[in-house]
Amino acid sequence: MDKKLKATEEQRKYAGILDKGMKIGLLMLIITFVVYLSGILVPHVPVSDLPKYWSMPVHQYLEKTNIHLSWTWIHMLGKGDFLNFIGIAFLAGVTMICYIRIIPILFRKKDNVYGVIAILEVLVLMLAASGILKAGGH
Amino acid sequence: MVCDTSKIKNQRVKLKSWLVIFIFTFCILYLFVGSVFASPEPAAASAVAQPTVPWWMWPLSLFLVTFLLGIVAVLGGVGGGVLFVPIIGGFFPFHLDFVRGAGLLVALSGALAAGPGLLKKSMADLRLALPVALIASSCAIIGAILGLALPTNIVQIALGATILGIVAIMSIAKKSEYPDVKQADALSTALRINGIYHEISTGHEVNWKIHRTPQGLALFVIVGIMAGMFGLGAGWANVPVLNLLMGAPLKVSVATSKFLLSITDTSAAWIYINNGAVLPMIAVPSVIGIMLGSIVGVKMLAKTKPAAVRYIVIVLLLFAGLRALLKGLGVWE
Repeated sequence: MDKKLKATEEQRKYAGILDKGMKIGLLMLIITFVVYLSGILVPHVPVSDLPKYWSMPVHQYLEKTNIHLSWTWIHMLGKGDFLNFIGIAFLAGVTMICYIRIIPILFRKKDNVYGVIAILEVLVLMLAASGILKAGGH
Repeated sequence: MVCDTSKIKNQRVKLKSWLVIFIFTFCILYLFVGSVFASPEPAAASAVAQPTVPWWMWPLSLFLVTFLLGIVAVLGGVGGGVLFVPIIGGFFPFHLDFVRGAGLLVALSGALAAGPGLLKKSMADLRLALPVALIASSCAIIGAILGLALPTNIVQIALGATILGIVAIMSIAKKSEYPDVKQADALSTALRINGIYHEISTGHEVNWKIHRTPQGLALFVIVGIMAGMFGLGAGWANVPVLNLLMGAPLKVSVATSKFLLSITDTSAAWIYINNGAVLPMIAVPSVIGIMLGSIVGVKMLAKTKPAAVRYIVIVLLLFAGLRALLKGLGVWE
């Protein structure tokens, strides 16, 4: 096989982490959702009350249910509904891990432009994940 | 005899396809009728309204519908997100904020699942994806913030118009298997965006390069904003830009687009998560339903006629787009 047909080192590393991360994240998502449905952990918003809230705009829902924005869910992981955010956050974080893994490979190969692009992407994703950016609410 | 057997097989395949279509249409009609008769009150009023169906009916229906959407999405060659947001947003009682949050997770999960295989086979190209992803994911953040800040009816109208635009793109846009790129432009040459992939159908190695890179990157500003604002995923826009404008081969464009979604939707998804617009009871059954549906869809793909399913997808999107547009305009509440 032609050498160029083979995926590059960074592409293979990225794919490897993405593969494992996606499987772990999906498993977490399923397990935490089963725990939520089983009622083992009491949810912050009772499941039977959800139909009262899910038709509201998000800011109104947050106000009525007394839920705070950003990473405050970390402190509520003992609640069945918030437990689901472990899997959700993991799935949303996998890409960042992939990028962090390929940065040293890119610089080692003297691919500095792509190294910088990868660093910028990590910064963009960290900014999005940080919770600093808030929507005004309608 | 051989002819008879293949005829019977064809008939069975047709029958199965029509069965899926029938069930799908039935579910949509059921939801439509349900949405009409289940009194979709304004948000404030619904806060005190007593629900008429048990709560678990909705997540269960959501799971079944997303399972069928997963099948149809694969057979129709579209992403799950583009079907999810208008159909679930139009016919379920959930607010559009939560539907878009779930839609992004649906599109993200699909992209995360497909990404590793596409990268390992060199179908998706990291060198092509990285610069595009940086622009699209930055703009998706802006789109997500805008989408959550704008009045719901404005987002509904814009969503409806976008879906109708997607219908137009799907109906009239041509695709080019191997676009003729005479010379790579300066930017793509500097970034060394080119490659070779193995085309299984012909057994040949396909060399590719791209052109019009600055124009393509500029268009990803709009694509990113729309992806974040509507939670649709953006394969419908990525592929034409990569294939028709920048000249990447169709398979590389489709694969790189799918992989791109895993980055673009990640940044937008964080905005929705951090702003409280992800409800696990909506998002998780949707993600699981659409992923299981996709697995079944892939198995059915070899036996069905994608062109026929594609027409059904177009009709569904047309219907859902009109619904979103008219809902936003207050004509069809």
